[in-house]
Amino acid sequence: MTVHLSIILFLPAVAGLVAMFFPRDWAGWTLVTGSVLTLAYAIVMLARFKTGGGMQFVTDDNWISELGIRYQLGVDGLNLFLVMLTALLWVPASIAFAVRGWDRPHLFAFFMGLGETAVLGAFMAQDLGLFVAFFDLMLVPFYFLVGMWGGEDRVYATTKLVIYTLVGSLLMLAAAVALGVMSTPDGGHISFSFATLAQHPLSAGSQYWLFLLFAFAFLVKAPIFPLHGWMPDAYRQAPLPVILVFSAVVSKVGVYGFLRIVLPLLPQASVHFQELMLAIAVVSILYGSVLAFSQDDTRLIVGYSSIAQLGFILLGIFSLDSKGGQGAVMQMVNHGLVVAPLFLIIGYLAIRAQERDSLDWMGGMAFRAPVLAGVFLIVALATLAMPGSANFVGELYILFGTLQSKIVYGLVASVGVVLAAVYMIRFFQRAMHGRAGVHAESRDLALGPELAVIAPLVLVILALGVYPNFLLHRINAFAPVAQNAAQVALKK
Amino acid sequence: MNTLNVIAAAKAPVIDYKGISPLFAIAGGAVIVLIVALFRGRFVQRVLVPLLTVGALGAAIGLTIWNWQTGDSKPIVEGALSIDTLALGLSLIFYASGLVMVAFAWRSVALRESGSGEFFGLMLGSIAGMNILASAENLVTLFVGIELLSIPLYVLCASEVRRETSLESGLKYLVIGSVGSATLLYGLAFIYGATGHTDFAGISSAIGDRVDITDPLLLTGIGLAAAGLAFKASVAPFHAWTPDVYEGAPTPVTAFMAVATKTAAFAIILRLFDEALVTVQVQWAPALAALAVVTIIVGNVGAIGQNSLKRMLAWSGVAQAGYMLAGVVVGTKLGLQATVFYLAIYLFMNMAAFGVVIARERVSEHGDGMKSLEGLGSASPLLAWPMTIAMLSLAGFPATAGFIGKFYLISATVDGNWAWLGVMIVIGSMISLVYYLRVIAVMWMNPLKIEVPGLRPRREVRPVAGWSPEADPRRQPEVLVVTLIMAAATIFFGIVPSPLFHLAHDVGTSLSSLFT
Repeated sequence: MTVHLSIILFLPAVAGLVAMFFPRDWAGWTLVTGSVLTLAYAIVMLARFKTGGGMQFVTDDNWISELGIRYQLGVDGLNLFLVMLTALLWVPASIAFAVRGWDRPHLFAFFMGLGETAVLGAFMAQDLGLFVAFFDLMLVPFYFLVGMWGGEDRVYATTKLVIYTLVGSLLMLAAAVALGVMSTPDGGHISFSFATLAQHPLSAGSQYWLFLLFAFAFLVKAPIFPLHGWMPDAYRQAPLPVILVFSAVVSKVGVYGFLRIVLPLLPQASVHFQELMLAIAVVSILYGSVLAFSQDDTRLIVGYSSIAQLGFILLGIFSLDSKGGQGAVMQMVNHGLVVAPLFLIIGYLAIRAQERDSLDWMGGMAFRAPVLAGVFLIVALATLAMPGSANFVGELYILFGTLQSKIVYGLVASVGVVLAAVYMIRFFQRAMHGRAGVHAESRDLALGPELAVIAPLVLVILALGVYPNFLLHRINAFAPVAQNAAQVALKK
Repeated sequence: MNTLNVIAAAKAPVIDYKGISPLFAIAGGAVIVLIVALFRGRFVQRVLVPLLTVGALGAAIGLTIWNWQTGDSKPIVEGALSIDTLALGLSLIFYASGLVMVAFAWRSVALRESGSGEFFGLMLGSIAGMNILASAENLVTLFVGIELLSIPLYVLCASEVRRETSLESGLKYLVIGSVGSATLLYGLAFIYGATGHTDFAGISSAIGDRVDITDPLLLTGIGLAAAGLAFKASVAPFHAWTPDVYEGAPTPVTAFMAVATKTAAFAIILRLFDEALVTVQVQWAPALAALAVVTIIVGNVGAIGQNSLKRMLAWSGVAQAGYMLAGVVVGTKLGLQATVFYLAIYLFMNMAAFGVVIARERVSEHGDGMKSLEGLGSASPLLAWPMTIAMLSLAGFPATAGFIGKFYLISATVDGNWAWLGVMIVIGSMISLVYYLRVIAVMWMNPLKIEVPGLRPRREVRPVAGWSPEADPRRQPEVLVVTLIMAAATIFFGIVPSPLFHLAHDVGTSLSSLFT
């Protein structure tokens, strides 16, 4: 059986579309079925993936030949686990959607499905035009998801989110077109395929401004300091299933773009701006950590901690070192895997604290809820990169890489590891221990939906902690491809 | 001029009847419609006349396809008109917007008040003018075309005779349109004076040959002609009439003007600049580029504070004209194709938006105000979706035709070494998000509280345009069907754009003088 990436790609959107025509009560479960099928098919793909086999399961068709845009999909060691992560995390998100009653569930299901397709498309695209199309398409479902089902200030939050992100995306659109047109040799047919673009490097001068446009788009998407202005509003207002996938998966598209597009296609610029990007990464780590420590809103604690974590990932990427890059990809997966359960836990905590997200309303919740406390502790320890977790391995690789290439940034970033422990432990303590909140209710996870959703994720975290080589082996072979280009430029 | 020449000039021109047949269909249709409508019976007025109009437009579409042939232009009236794929392709857009207008106007107050024969007769006359304009080969036919296009439109704007704003709109359009025409005519005279030719081919060769490209007479002529055409295409700073006229005119007429008139204006801008004057591109390109930038900024900023949907769409139309002008500036084949492509998709996305405005203003007490869309997402998703798709497409989101159109325009600008103009398109799109997304938010994300701070609505909300108490509020299937078709086309061409690319490609073969 050959694996067709198009099936993985469009199955979620089709499920969302089908859900529109089912009765209201079924919409959620139709979406769940779709995402489970997608995951199942993705697991088949993972099983058939040949380690070290280069680009696999390639689909390559004409889409818009006049513009040189091809419908080109592929999976290699760089995006394999990101595709898996997307397919995996959409399952708990859609279950979290299905178990609660929402207004207009048909549309919710449709946009969730469309969102998964767009994210998968961005990860699998091997053509710059296709990537840009999916990258921008992602915004449409999330615009509606936040704007229609969010909290009080949802319209403000979602408008801010979309304008921030689309400013980046549109600049990237201009940059992508320019990259394609300028790399076309005279008289040649224009092509946006990554492989073709990599063969025709641009002059250093053009690379510089293209780099800045791409970097802007990706940094906004991630988000990374100082372009995270939309984050607090969106994280506070978005409905839980949405913010779960947004934080865990969508944010990775930004940093993934650096590895897939910026480093291979703009190698000289990547070297030129290396120190700038490293500085941004380090500031992000410190800024995110400090703010995560000072927040009372549980969603913002995770939000700012994500900024710090994404800073780490960026650090690994721009260490321009193969170890650093490998650590970065690994950390993308790890961060997604811990953020998703963290948001589920935030949801559970909110249910027990009168639908509030503030730490002030929590406290002492571990008293009658040992399972919840245990699960939370595992996730918290994984987030702060306790030795024995896959996150530890990821951060270690990133720091190794950075220490090797730019030792100063590596040393400063190490402080971030300590800070992570500080804010995660504070979060855990204030929610679970100490004086019980007046209205907080200590009730353990229900054996049914609550535990069933989170348990598999925790098992995946534990399994990868025990056997991180499962990731490392498969990532190992390919992350350096992107790095090599930069190394070449470095030596020149 | 010696006598021989006079005799030669007096001879009847050679006419290619096959080539001119679409024009005959339209002009003949206009006459027939006028005559038939003399019978005042209800059946004639409500059914027969609209059907005849549709028949004329359908015949014209069929004859256009029959004439379709790529390659160089073919004279149909010697020295005056010639057809090529540019003229044929764009005239398809005129006919399509005419068909849409029939559906939009069918239940409108304007039609009842002015009589359907007059209304549709004028519309067909205007389309005939556009047709002549698009196939003009000569400065004189150009001017005839532009007047034939404009004069019926002045009347159509004022066709809702019992509403003051409609009359005001017609008068405003008449005054400003005449100033535009006069400016254009003055410019054409200068161009003739400088080159000694009125036909485009002669102008083009004269400029290459013996007229200095820095000749002040020529440059003044080009400047004045550009200004006159900019009035028609509502390019800033000659756009000031657009919001007022669009708002006051009956909405079906507004929709028609927004699409067809703009397309006609671009047809002649393309012809004049990319054919007759393409050899002096270095001279006019910077000026036209500056106009494009001003138009993009002014249009997008102007649209932000609008609370009337028609005004908002007017300003957005100004901005979109700026994007298309960028395609003209580059003066390459790719630029021409991108502009034509954008004009084609502009039909779909704009008509979808106007269809929703028409359907809503007939039933809502807020008329065409933003508030008339409030909560439309749950109340009437069949109308909310086309509007959403239109707004997303105008803003340039992927999976809609607008994305492909912008992609194409930007790649044309970069390819023609006008990369900064591509960046301007992008910056304009960023600003445009503010008002396009606001419409979507109003429809789907109620309860809404988005007031643009500091900007007060220009007027109190009151019923305007086609609204009337006797219009049946619930049943206007023809508007709904057309709107849905337009929205579906916007999505379809966003995913499968190839048919439109073929059209654009064929059109691109027409102006052989262009740089490749």
